[in-house]
Amino acid sequence: MNNSDKISNNKLGFIKNLGIFDLDRWEEIWITITHNKSRSILTAFGVFWGMFMLVAMVGAGVALQRGMNSQIEGFATNSCFVWADRTSLPYNGLKKGRGWDMLNEDIPVILNKVPEVQYLAPVLFGGGGTNNVTRNDLAGTFNVKGNYPSYNMIDASKMVYGRYINDVDIAEKRKVCIIGERVYEVLFPTKENPVGKQIKVNGIYFQIVGVGRHTSSVNIGGDEQETVVLPFSTMQQAFNQGNVVHFLAVTAQPGVKVKDLEEKIRTVLKERHNISPDDKSAVGGMNIEDQFTMFLYLGIGIASLIWVVGLGTLFAGGIGISNIMLVTVRERTKEIGIRRALGATPRNIITQILSESIVLTLLAGIAGLVFGVGLLYLVGVGLSQSDQFFKDPQISFGVAIASLFILLVIGTLAGFLPANRALSIKPIEAIREE
Amino acid sequence: MITLTDINKTYYTEATSLHVLKGIDLHIAKGEYVSIMGASGSGKSTLLNILGILDNYDTGEYLLNNKLIKNLSEKQAAAYRNELIGFVFQSFNLINFKNALENVALPLYYRNISRKKRNIIAMEYLDRMGLKDWALHLPSEMSGGQKQRVAIARAIISEPKILLADEPTGALDSKTTVDVMKVFKELNDSGLTTIVVTHEKSVADETHKIIHIKDGLIENIENRR
Ligand SMILES: Nc1ncnc2c1ncn2[C@@H]1O[C@H](COP(=O)(O)OP(=O)(O)O)[C@@H](O)[C@H]1O
Ligand SMILES: [Mg+2]
Repeated sequence: MNNSDKISNNKLGFIKNLGIFDLDRWEEIWITITHNKSRSILTAFGVFWGMFMLVAMVGAGVALQRGMNSQIEGFATNSCFVWADRTSLPYNGLKKGRGWDMLNEDIPVILNKVPEVQYLAPVLFGGGGTNNVTRNDLAGTFNVKGNYPSYNMIDASKMVYGRYINDVDIAEKRKVCIIGERVYEVLFPTKENPVGKQIKVNGIYFQIVGVGRHTSSVNIGGDEQETVVLPFSTMQQAFNQGNVVHFLAVTAQPGVKVKDLEEKIRTVLKERHNISPDDKSAVGGMNIEDQFTMFLYLGIGIASLIWVVGLGTLFAGGIGISNIMLVTVRERTKEIGIRRALGATPRNIITQILSESIVLTLLAGIAGLVFGVGLLYLVGVGLSQSDQFFKDPQISFGVAIASLFILLVIGTLAGFLPANRALSIKPIEAIREE
Repeated sequence: MITLTDINKTYYTEATSLHVLKGIDLHIAKGEYVSIMGASGSGKSTLLNILGILDNYDTGEYLLNNKLIKNLSEKQAAAYRNELIGFVFQSFNLINFKNALENVALPLYYRNISRKKRNIIAMEYLDRMGLKDWALHLPSEMSGGQKQRVAIARAIISEPKILLADEPTGALDSKTTVDVMKVFKELNDSGLTTIVVTHEKSVADETHKIIHIKDGLIENIENRR
């Protein structure tokens, strides 16, 4: 029998030598991996666990971040607030401890002198006593606020019904109002569309033009959900508040530091109201950017910690693969010796061990990824909507791809030592008969 | 086919050295059927391993198929093992997680022959050994005689120039020994140069030439026909 033509030089051999496209090689590796299942599972478990932990932790980190972000969602993070307080220094013959008010006339001056302002919203607060808001025989105790349309650009409410205050409301001092969701619930228990309905606020009738749902957890002048918002101008007139402004909400133009903006506005107000330029407390202020920056750094800190720990776990898994493969290579001395005796080149042996390591690492990693994503999904489903600080645990597609790439690197590195050990096995020593 | 000239081999361990082959001169022609006999420890396996390019020798010259086998690179050695040599061991040395077919086909894998093709060829060789029905069985499911025939199929699938067997019947009972020796005889009859190391007289008697080794030297060569 002669089969030399059957096994004569394979013309496609050079393609096989390229390695990666060699389906046959992967089959050979697959046989080795699947015929030694428990060994493979043992070897790969560390990487599975590492990947699982990484995904779980990154997902949790994302959820924390989302939770934090949802606290300030809809709230302009480049904003600050300014209000009048008592003076702390005597000035121009005026005693310290003097009270003063911001006035309507201050607004155009600020806009004129401080071009860094993006949006400016004067706000008026009004109380009203018990059951100050009524509709027919329904009543509730709610905050009352006078706003400009621009306020919704700074601290956004999502309109559930109707619209927000507009410029015409301001100009014509219309008797209209926006109610918070909580107000709506109390005054409209049957949940009908309230737009066009009349309610009585502090004894005066206003027509509802919208219902707002407050998105951020930042509250100014009481819970926005429990507030009736009137046009600023209407409120000043209807409740005899003259030309006083209680509060300014301001956002900065892009690229402007909110702190600088706040300082400039203070300076203008001090000039106009006879206040010492050195008076630190006469103009009250708050700067949301500082808070936000803290949130941001906290988030970055948590994320980096997670990545460090997660990658550490993953690398530990890689070291585990490397270690166990080192042991198994020793156990496989005979197998490797036989392969050498049958004509395996050193390169055949190296690629075999490296490929095994890569395949095991990738498979284990993908399994860890899938289980991790599955866990995050289940947790996400299980979280109730009211969970504020932990929202939608997920990892992004990019993170998944990146971690697979990292796995590839880990798998290759993990295979190097075992491959080297395998290479040092001499056929004669491996198959010597004792 | 094989020419050995003054082959010397010494094993070195930490404290001692052991001069095992002390100048072996030997010629084996194409198609010969040879056995090597000698006391345990006389250097038979050492000699056979050198012939099979599994081990190096210190001095002398080894010509196989007109090629000088000396100071080969690992890559070259691997290629020669694959092309020129079939090796059969006392303890079979099958890969235990591969079935009979995969074991037999393995040398062709290292010759870059496609899986489909090499499985077809491996099946033919198993069939020749009367083991067609055992193709998908693991070594652990087979008897000693069956395992040795799988090993022989694996040794000859790449159509080597020489077949080397180190005590191939050492682990077999007498009936199975007869079966396996019949296979060797058939292979030799078809032209394959065959060298068998053994300490069993009955096995050596099957061959055409018996080389007696003693103290690292060829004591005498006994021509049987
Ligand atoms: N790798 C080795 N290192 C040291 N001594 C060895 C080695 N291999 C074999 N020997 C010794 O060399 C001698 C010949 O061994 P071997 O060729 O296996 O003999 P045989 O096969 O004839 O029984 C024995 O004494 C054996 O112990
Ligand atoms: Mg021996």
